[in-house]
Amino acid sequence: MSFAAIGAGLAVIGAGIGIGQVGGRAMEGIARQPEASGKIQTAMIIAAALVEGAALFGIVVSLIA
Amino acid sequence: MHKLLNFSALASLTVLLSTNAPLYAQGHEEHGHKGHEHIITVHEDVEVHGERFPETENEEGDYDPTPVIMHHIQDAHSFHIYGEGHEAVSVPLPVILWTEKGLVTFMSSEFHHDSHGHHVVEKKGMYFVNYHEDIFQLERPDETLTLDEEGHPTNTQPLDFSITKNVFTLFLACILLFLIFGTAARKYKNAGHKVPRGIASFVEPLVVYVRDDIAKANVGEKKHEKYMPYLLTLFFLIWVINLMGLIPFFPFSANLTGNIAFTMSLAVIAMFVVSFSGGKAYWKHIFFPKPWGVWPILMPIEFASNVIIKFFALMIRLFANITAGHIIVLSLISLVFIFQSVGMAAVAVPFALFISVLELLVAALQAYIFTLLVALFIGQAVADDHH
Amino acid sequence: MSLLALNPLVKPDIGLLFWTTVTFLILLVLLRKFAWKPILNAVKAREASIDNALASAENAREEMAQLKSDNEKILKEAREERDAILKEAREIKENTINEAKEKAAGEAKRILEDAQEQIENQKMAAITELKNQVGEISIAIAEKILRDELADKGKQQALVDEQLKDFNLN
Repeated sequence: MSFAAIGAGLAVIGAGIGIGQVGGRAMEGIARQPEASGKIQTAMIIAAALVEGAALFGIVVSLIA
Repeated sequence: MHKLLNFSALASLTVLLSTNAPLYAQGHEEHGHKGHEHIITVHEDVEVHGERFPETENEEGDYDPTPVIMHHIQDAHSFHIYGEGHEAVSVPLPVILWTEKGLVTFMSSEFHHDSHGHHVVEKKGMYFVNYHEDIFQLERPDETLTLDEEGHPTNTQPLDFSITKNVFTLFLACILLFLIFGTAARKYKNAGHKVPRGIASFVEPLVVYVRDDIAKANVGEKKHEKYMPYLLTLFFLIWVINLMGLIPFFPFSANLTGNIAFTMSLAVIAMFVVSFSGGKAYWKHIFFPKPWGVWPILMPIEFASNVIIKFFALMIRLFANITAGHIIVLSLISLVFIFQSVGMAAVAVPFALFISVLELLVAALQAYIFTLLVALFIGQAVADDHH
Repeated sequence: MSLLALNPLVKPDIGLLFWTTVTFLILLVLLRKFAWKPILNAVKAREASIDNALASAENAREEMAQLKSDNEKILKEAREERDAILKEAREIKENTINEAKEKAAGEAKRILEDAQEQIENQKMAAITELKNQVGEISIAIAEKILRDELADKGKQQALVDEQLKDFNLN
């Protein structure tokens, strides 16, 4: 076990919380306004991708280190 | 290498693999030290220093899945079908090298399944060896690779333009795409204004989806048409290669979209497409961001994020997602060999099946996200100034 | 360099970079020509034809509605015209009847008046004739009396008196 692996794990935890928030709020939004589900979905995926991007940097650093 | 495995364990299989994590770590630490001696003792005639491509068993006789997994997710000069070592059955692929004496080509079968830098191939008075699927050039046929402290050869490396397993997969994907969409396009000629039958009726909803939900929604109603061929090609190429990677036998199974060179190439093309479609408003926003007080800080940030980081994230996202998927499936199957019990298959196979089905979703999702984000970036670039 | 060399997974391979870029660009050009353009154009053309068909259907519907309202208008007009004609006819009929009635009444009155006049005339004629006859008779009587009574003067006088008494009635 190396520190890099722990770092990757921490990055994944952060991303998990972030994407969970994004997904949960998107669900609430869709439940409240089902007719806007298409737009919410697109925005959700973009937001999730951005959160994931941050985590991926952590993972790449742990791959290189 | 095992760090990556631990990452996947942490990411997705904490419960399952946490029992094995100490095993991996122990196995590797020992391997790191003893592997050195191991090579020297076995191959005393060829003085190869540093770590070898790890064996599938460590000294305690425990199965180590890392080499198999790493072998699978990395590129290779031949397409392995089954078997091990010199008895392996694989499809030879052309090796194309650019050396100081010009182009050198030969089939990968001339290495005789050797990827440990032992078998020397002579061409045009130059000597080549395959070391962990990297081609190195030797001065004399009896010379051995010289390795630095970290185990990386210091010998000269010719530029390697070989048709590797991944390049072969890329060509295959292109042929498949061309067959599918070329056939579909021909169906339209006969159909006139009617809805065509057969493959075209399968393809059309996907094409229309990319057009309406990705291009029109993000690039804009007016300007999307110019980018349609690029976005469609991008989407279907990534998707088809992702799916091909999930099929576990020849001529599929290559981890092409999980290869950093492939995703880097797509990201660089995306960077050029976005940057060249950027209008006056886009570049003004990057080079002269408001407010003026923080311009010295904001300008480099805007530049880096819009011109580099966006595409760097695209590259890493696709690479990491697909590679992680392949590693998880292989790790699960490896459980059977780690526990040396067929009974483990009762656990491993359903889990691997579950992850594989999830990977089917991820295959489409990552193609979608890559294309969607590129469309979004193009949309930002071509947008008129609203300020 | 050493940073990238550490993990082969994140070390981009120059050959694959080259092949991917070249292949992607060639694939883009080929698919653009042989797949995307025909497919997108066909889809676009079909959507346009569907839009056209919908628009023309809408037009046809509107025309139909227009035609229907026109028809109704014409029908209404025709009905009104018919009603007017009927009304006129009724009026004419009534007028005719009234006129005929009036005429008949007038005629009847005239005939009656004529008849009365004629009766009156005839009565007058009869009276005149009677008077004339009475005169003649009177003359004749007077002559006779005169003949008879001329001889006897007394008797003549008595006769005249007596005769005159009889003719006093008229």
